[in-house]
Amino acid sequence: MGKNILSIENLDITFRTNAGNVHAIRGVNFDLPRGKTVALVGESGSGKSVTMKAVTGLLDQNAVINSGKILYDGTDLLTLSKKDLRQSINGQQIAMVFQDPMTSLDPTMTIGDQIMEGMFLHKKISASDARQKAVELLKLVGIAEAERRMKNYPHQLSGGMRQRVVIAVALSCEPKILICDEPTTALDVTVQARILNLIKDIQAEMNLSVIYITHDLGVVAKVADFVNVMYAGKVIEFGTVDEIFYDPRHPYTWGLLSAMPDLETDDDRLYSIPGSPPNLLHEPKGDAFAPRNKFALKIDELEAPPMFKISETHSAATWLLHPDAPKVELPAELKARLLRSRKAAHYG
Amino acid sequence: MAEPLLKVKNLRQHFKISRDFTVKAVNGVSFEIYPGETYGLVGESGSGKTTIGRSIIRLYDPTGGRIFFNGKRISGKLDSQTDKMLRQNMQMIFQDPMSSLNPRKKIGDIIGEGLDIHKLYSTQVERNELIGEMLKKVGLSPAHAERYPQQFSGGQRQRVGIARALIMNPKLIIADECISALDVSIQAQVVNLMKDIQHETKCAYLFIAHDLSMVKYISDRIGVLHKGWLVETGSTHEIFSNPVHPYTQSLLSAVPQPNPRVEKNRRLIPYDSANADYEHCTLQLVDGSHFVLAPTN
Repeated sequence: MGKNILSIENLDITFRTNAGNVHAIRGVNFDLPRGKTVALVGESGSGKSVTMKAVTGLLDQNAVINSGKILYDGTDLLTLSKKDLRQSINGQQIAMVFQDPMTSLDPTMTIGDQIMEGMFLHKKISASDARQKAVELLKLVGIAEAERRMKNYPHQLSGGMRQRVVIAVALSCEPKILICDEPTTALDVTVQARILNLIKDIQAEMNLSVIYITHDLGVVAKVADFVNVMYAGKVIEFGTVDEIFYDPRHPYTWGLLSAMPDLETDDDRLYSIPGSPPNLLHEPKGDAFAPRNKFALKIDELEAPPMFKISETHSAATWLLHPDAPKVELPAELKARLLRSRKAAHYG
Repeated sequence: MAEPLLKVKNLRQHFKISRDFTVKAVNGVSFEIYPGETYGLVGESGSGKTTIGRSIIRLYDPTGGRIFFNGKRISGKLDSQTDKMLRQNMQMIFQDPMSSLNPRKKIGDIIGEGLDIHKLYSTQVERNELIGEMLKKVGLSPAHAERYPQQFSGGQRQRVGIARALIMNPKLIIADECISALDVSIQAQVVNLMKDIQHETKCAYLFIAHDLSMVKYISDRIGVLHKGWLVETGSTHEIFSNPVHPYTQSLLSAVPQPNPRVEKNRRLIPYDSANADYEHCTLQLVDGSHFVLAPTN
């Protein structure tokens, strides 16, 4: 058994649309170490959801996988047929929790039936055993009076409880990997905190490896061990959560961190990233982030930067890390902010 | 202190669902907004924050209580003069820039609609100039007036929403979750724009949101809502440095902080809302401008 339960190597995906080919994923590399939590962060359109859809075989019809491998415990999922993927991997080995619990649950089925559906599909299990297991799962995700709730329909539950049910459905076949796609965006902060704690507890109990797709850096800070920052179909920086939050190296990561005020921020203006993400209908030349980057160098317009290694676990794709690059001064707001958060965390 | 621009007194908003079931969305909420300041309203979903915004701008008819704006009473029946004053001086920015702009109208006509209705120009040229200037102010170009909403990104559409509100030169803008549908990097752009505009035009904002770090950043004063009751209000500093109400404490303990080592060791302060009885409570002074809802005794 390797160290990584899931490894994505050089994934490259194009969508064929009426307007032309959209090069959505442009060589993504990504590792999920066994039992750990990895976050994928980036703006909408950066390719984080598409990457995960490729893992679960849920890509739309018009997607073409140009190259790459998705290794799950050594098996390349891209070589499996859709049928094999559905029968032996999806739901059983890799399960997903979606953003909106209102649309990801079937309004016409009781929640008990929805939890048991996967078990009947993937496992030889008797109805009474499945029932018992479903009740246990409901208890595990913290739903009181589980027996009675089995007969409830989604509309009878609150948003937070529905998301707990979605998690119970995802866990019903004892998966090894749980992919959470913005699992708490639709929920209130207090409910969000409880759901995140719940996923953490279950992860320890069931030895799950978890992938979070999110743009909320607060959530990332709370749950992640490792962070991958995506921009325009590429991972542009990855590292441990400490490295990304206390010592970020890519100007885009700087922008993301400073755009979200912490409770200490009292500057007159928020540091914001100007412009908007590129339209991947037109392949960007050089570094895709260059037009929004005030630290862009001449070479950024000509050639996309490779990954520069900063430590064993930390790399970033920016020419600023090239030994010949001029040294840049961090924006003052960000510098103050990093100092503040390092101090609060007793880091370094 | 100056006269408040908006005075909400004991506002109640109930919705009758059936003969024997009424949703009490807002129960006796009072607060004031002064000219040029930003008042943040926070609370969980169902706490009534959106309802309050909509009652103030009279999208709903308040069930009880009084609202004064710009020295005039704007609750109850409106005479045509007050109605006109209200429509010109109070504007709203909505949450979802996708559904709040009419897809069949050009951007210029969306922004200019208020001007058309209130006949605030004498020639067509003047109208187009006003619209062009407004587009520039929110960081778009006058040429965009000829385009349709679907030709814009989410951030740009929210700029159109802001332009539409601003063109009337309002004294108060109600911003209802106006940045929550946007990406983080775009949120910062829009918030900066809103701050710049406030510096320039001295308009006041009622900023309704659930993202507490953003509310803290933009607001001068804050009101915390729970189940239709204002449980605590005060200056941003008072609320964040000394939260008194247990619900506020619980809410603040749940705000995710972008700081991994701090975040991983944080404890959530639980709040059991089941035995909260706000009926027999009144807002009581803590100090300064800081009030908290507490049992009367």
